[in-house]
Amino acid sequence: MAKTVLPFGPQHPVLPEPLHLTLTIEDEIVKEAIPKLGYVHRGLEKLAEIRDHNQMIYIVERVCGICSCMHALCYCQGIESLMGLEVPSRANYLRTIWAEMHRIHSHLLWLGLFADAFGFESLFMQFWRIRERVMDLQEETAGNRVILSVNQVGGVRRDISAESAQWILDTLKKVEKETLQLKSTILDDYTVKLRTVGKGVLTKEKAYELGAAGPTLRASGIAQDMRQTGYAAYSELDFAPVVETDGDCYARTVVRFNEVFQAIDLVRQAFSKLPEGELAVKPKGLPTGEVISRVEQPRGECLYYIRGAGKKFLERVRIRTPTFANIPPLLDMLPGCDLADVPVLILTIDPCISCTER
Amino acid sequence: MIDSVVVITEENTAEVRPDEVITLSRELKDEGFRFVTMSSAELEDSVCVLYHFDKDLELRNLRVDVPKGSKIGSIASVYSCAFLVENEIKEHFGVEFDGIPLDFQGMLYSDEEVQKTPFCNIGLKRV
Repeated sequence: MAKTVLPFGPQHPVLPEPLHLTLTIEDEIVKEAIPKLGYVHRGLEKLAEIRDHNQMIYIVERVCGICSCMHALCYCQGIESLMGLEVPSRANYLRTIWAEMHRIHSHLLWLGLFADAFGFESLFMQFWRIRERVMDLQEETAGNRVILSVNQVGGVRRDISAESAQWILDTLKKVEKETLQLKSTILDDYTVKLRTVGKGVLTKEKAYELGAAGPTLRASGIAQDMRQTGYAAYSELDFAPVVETDGDCYARTVVRFNEVFQAIDLVRQAFSKLPEGELAVKPKGLPTGEVISRVEQPRGECLYYIRGAGKKFLERVRIRTPTFANIPPLLDMLPGCDLADVPVLILTIDPCISCTER
Repeated sequence: MIDSVVVITEENTAEVRPDEVITLSRELKDEGFRFVTMSSAELEDSVCVLYHFDKDLELRNLRVDVPKGSKIGSIASVYSCAFLVENEIKEHFGVEFDGIPLDFQGMLYSDEEVQKTPFCNIGLKRV
């Protein structure tokens, strides 16, 4: 049969954000995929030239609605390093707690979208119902559901009281129990297995060579997670990356499921060790030099390159988001798969185009 | 423990010539380094391009100063995933990469009517 060129996206029922792929198919088998970006490109990096380094915190938080807290954390860590600031221990623990709550809500959001992609609308609503509990925690502790704005250069803006901490722990117990109930519902389902096991396989070698990040990398058997570097309070918590070895759509789902439970455990550990003390140190001077700051977002490793010349405005802020890193592996996975599997396959890298295009 | 925040110094960043990039990238790949990404910044007469690699989370960088409007070899023949960020730098800074397997002709993000490179103040016109 002759080759057919099929535009996929930017508007597609399974895509929460606008990614366009030009698919070349033959007998409903994908032969080639070429991406087109730019539908939500905002040029946020350019704003570093006209917004000072403190205002940039609010801008980087708006790179992505799902992992806003981690963007600010990554950026602040870089600026703190350039200014030689030592962040108080309590602030590091609070940063870790908010970051892990972000991971839980991000993965639950994705699991809901994943269920919806199969047509499991009730399951989709169940995941999002659980997620709402985490959103409530964020609203209560940070004042906002999504854009938390808790990070500042030198520490954090807000504290978490002992009462709030107990409420968070009680709520996370419910989140854990309810997510566990849904785990077998989705992972043991015949249809889900049929459409994910052995689909979109990314081998360990390919994942490494193509620079995959986050759950996409770890589902292919590579135990790499930026939290291993021990930023914020991770060095004082018991942590090992969640790894699967099959590298298929199913493995990527399992990794995200298990990371929800791991994140809950990390929040518990952080609260159990939360030290008393200051929330922030006062910054002095202006950022000078070049730095690379990396954190592990829900979708994977995020990298900030920051260049300051001792002025109010930074010379350059460059952001490499995890979805950007996962596009080449996605393009490698697509050839050979059925056209019907393309939506699920794209979804399993948890694409965030808002992040990617900045 | 490896740090997640790395200040760029001579220890972790090698200054290289544009014609050395592909060879050195291949050497890093042979040593087991993963390509992380590239960064770039505008200097006075040139664009500074930084190549980031890591192995067991430890970062290693190559720094190249590319004169504005000139070409540099694409490392996509070594790390195929580099094509995407090379296209981004080409679009934003006007750095031409020789031999990108999938060249978006400066239109990865923007449309045809955008005629200038937004991050490079000399505002190179699209070819």
